[in-house]
Amino acid sequence: MSNIVNAMYNIRQFDELARRDSLIHRMHPLAKLLATLVYTVLLVSYDKYATIALLPFVFFPVYVAAAAKIPLEPLLKRLLYIEPMIVGIGLLNPLFDHGTVVVLGYAISSGWLIFLSIFLKGTLAVTSALLLIATTGMDGVALSLRKLMVPKIFVLQMMLTYRYISVLLEEAARTVQAYDLRAFSSQRLKREVWGPLLGQILIRTMDRAQRIYDAMCLRGFSGEYCIGKAARPGWKDIIYVMTWGVLSAAFRGINLPLWLGNLLTGAGK
Amino acid sequence: MSHHITEGKDLFYAYPDGHQAVNGISFRIHHGESVGIIGANGAGKSTLLMLLTGILMPANGEVIIGEVRLNKDNMAMIRQRLGMVFQNPDDQLFMTTVHDDVAFGPRNLKIDEPQVEQRVVSALEQVGILHLKDRAPFHLSAGEKRAAAIASVLSLMPDILILDEPTSSLDPKSRRRLMKILGGFEHTKIITSHDLDMVLDICQRVIVMKDGQAIADGPAKGVLTNKVLMEEAGLEMPLSLQGCPVCGGEKT
Amino acid sequence: MHMADALISPAVGATMWAATAGAAAYSIKKVQSKLDDKKIPLMGVMGAFIFAAQMINFSIPGTGSSGHLGGGLILAILLGPYAGFLAMASILIIQALFFADGGLLALGCNIFNLGFFTCFVAYPLVYKNMIGKEFFAKRIIIASMVTAIIGLQLGAFGVVLETLFSGKTELPFSSFVLLMQPIHLAIGIVEGLVTAAAVSFVWKARPEIMEKAALNQALGALPIKKVMIGLAAIAVFTGAVLSWFASSHPDGLEWSMFKTSGKEELEASGNIHQKLAAIQGETAFLPDYGFKAAGKIEPTEEQTEKWPAVNGGTSLSGLVGGMMTLLLAAFMGFIINVKNKVKKRSE
Repeated sequence: MSNIVNAMYNIRQFDELARRDSLIHRMHPLAKLLATLVYTVLLVSYDKYATIALLPFVFFPVYVAAAAKIPLEPLLKRLLYIEPMIVGIGLLNPLFDHGTVVVLGYAISSGWLIFLSIFLKGTLAVTSALLLIATTGMDGVALSLRKLMVPKIFVLQMMLTYRYISVLLEEAARTVQAYDLRAFSSQRLKREVWGPLLGQILIRTMDRAQRIYDAMCLRGFSGEYCIGKAARPGWKDIIYVMTWGVLSAAFRGINLPLWLGNLLTGAGK
Repeated sequence: MSHHITEGKDLFYAYPDGHQAVNGISFRIHHGESVGIIGANGAGKSTLLMLLTGILMPANGEVIIGEVRLNKDNMAMIRQRLGMVFQNPDDQLFMTTVHDDVAFGPRNLKIDEPQVEQRVVSALEQVGILHLKDRAPFHLSAGEKRAAAIASVLSLMPDILILDEPTSSLDPKSRRRLMKILGGFEHTKIITSHDLDMVLDICQRVIVMKDGQAIADGPAKGVLTNKVLMEEAGLEMPLSLQGCPVCGGEKT
Repeated sequence: MHMADALISPAVGATMWAATAGAAAYSIKKVQSKLDDKKIPLMGVMGAFIFAAQMINFSIPGTGSSGHLGGGLILAILLGPYAGFLAMASILIIQALFFADGGLLALGCNIFNLGFFTCFVAYPLVYKNMIGKEFFAKRIIIASMVTAIIGLQLGAFGVVLETLFSGKTELPFSSFVLLMQPIHLAIGIVEGLVTAAAVSFVWKARPEIMEKAALNQALGALPIKKVMIGLAAIAVFTGAVLSWFASSHPDGLEWSMFKTSGKEELEASGNIHQKLAAIQGETAFLPDYGFKAAGKIEPTEEQTEKWPAVNGGTSLSGLVGGMMTLLLAAFMGFIINVKNKVKKRSE
């Protein structure tokens, strides 16, 4: 149950965030998608030991979150769910990497650098992906996919999935609750009810699909999905993508932290 | 205005499992009429609506919309003149915003986008939810969803509105608001419902169904006050026509 | 398990994106050509169903633990491989966006691992052959089990290979395989049992649904060889082009510096890289090499560019610089926030 409620809450929260208004929200969806993609590609292109060198990649999510006025709480919450898996894989590295590295005079396994690197990359990639949906919304994503020449049928199908997720989550929640109330045991479904419970929802779902199809046909649907014309990207959007593309590439290239550190400590000369 | 006539002639329909849902029903509905179709659960109301809209094809008999016999070839054309509002708005609101849903029909007709926009605004204004234009369906209340579902067919500018249980699962205030909206429409209206007070309020004429047949067809007040008939159909008289439970007085 | 952005290299990510896009484009063509527009809402709503079903806990008999449904197999059985694959892709896209499961670059990997192997390999080769022409309760259970297990084993192996080729971890192949495959054996068994339970129920309650599904698939028999060859071609091509720009181990030079015994290695690999950089400096814009090429021109700077060098002083300035960077980022966020508030007040 808690899973279902969490999922429902999570989707609604991000959907609502995406319907707010800000400088970032008004940006063309495709621009936001491209900026995030370029950022992610450059981020993961760092080698496995890169840690401090990739810290400048913090600027992008911080900027987007601040400019779009996205609260930190939903982002952090999601990170908490995702991080264990990344940390798990990361933690195995100190076991297998037998190299050592000297940091401030202490020798440690270089596997710890991999762990830290994976952790940082994971956190930054997840945050920027969440910020993309929190500032763009599913409609915006659909629009950018159309601009990228993804066939309409796929986009329509994906949007229908998105639309009915909340309906079906509610239905699943009701069904599981009805089971819980009479099962008196746990929130897990016993083997005997797997088929009936899931099968019932499945059959209801297929009947619903039929009704939706009828409703679509009654309003002139003939297999083709007609969407209104979407706004074209303006110069602001182009500047946005260019700025963050160039900045990310520059951060990737010049190791800003080291440069700053050298400046402050006078080392490296 | 004979071209807005909706006619069912001797309709029969049986589901694949053998259940005879519609069993020889005939009626003729004129332009601008409001007709309530009532009957107990399983009487065949919903199947009848599906026959009228061509979702199901009758095994026997014919559906005539404006002098044209409904068949597979003219279905698309005839459906433009029918606006069907489903019982469950979640089945009808399949897009991710109210706006896109209302625009779905007009866009399928390949109307120019500025005109689509006009139609969307006008349809939403007619049901009083223009302010919800950019909302997601799951952010709407039951009453708002129902209004949005109606707007989604109004944008097609139909001649005939068909509504399946329009007041189900609405709270009293939303129900009252919806009835006001429906009462304001000049379309031909065909409404199935168990909400007999609403039927009494909105429809001049009532068809009573039982076992897939029409057992009565006449002026709303006459039919709905006929206690024997209502009992036979498995229904009760509208509350507003029953005697007052406190003072026992008969309502006139 | 979902593949994650943190574990992936751009080359592997892009290769898998290309393979996934190829499979999706082919599926869309197939679904469209069958002209069954009724299937579009069905695919959409079935995707939402799987999404919801994934959140339900199934108690696994005799273990006290619980499992979840993945859903790829149910989709393949009820929608056929093409529509099933597309529905799975939609689910994974929405999960990647709203739940950050995996990430944007790893999405290609995830759709391939969880959709392709089940819909285009395990389902047509195993399930359809085992089920035959008629349904039997027992056959459904066994076929679902075997198919789910094979599909998930392939998917898990996909994760292992993708991680390995990305070179972002030091996990040895053997240990990773030994970790992943058994876990996914358990997941596969649950998937098979739940799928069989749901499918059998539908088959008993509404046999016409299953018959229709079976009929639909007969219309679109799968030219598995054609699909495989096409995909292999796409993958090889993309992989080759991309590794021209950035090898899947772009870090040979850098990480050898951290190994205490890495002095000689540094020079050796440095040599190779300089040669590579010379070739690529002209063609590549991909930063991994593009910027190293710049380093080649001024070799003294290249020394300082890499962090952390063995030199303690450099690592100190690295740490100081890292702190400064974070402070700057926080400061930027703070300034924007203040500006936002001022703007709000003045409105």
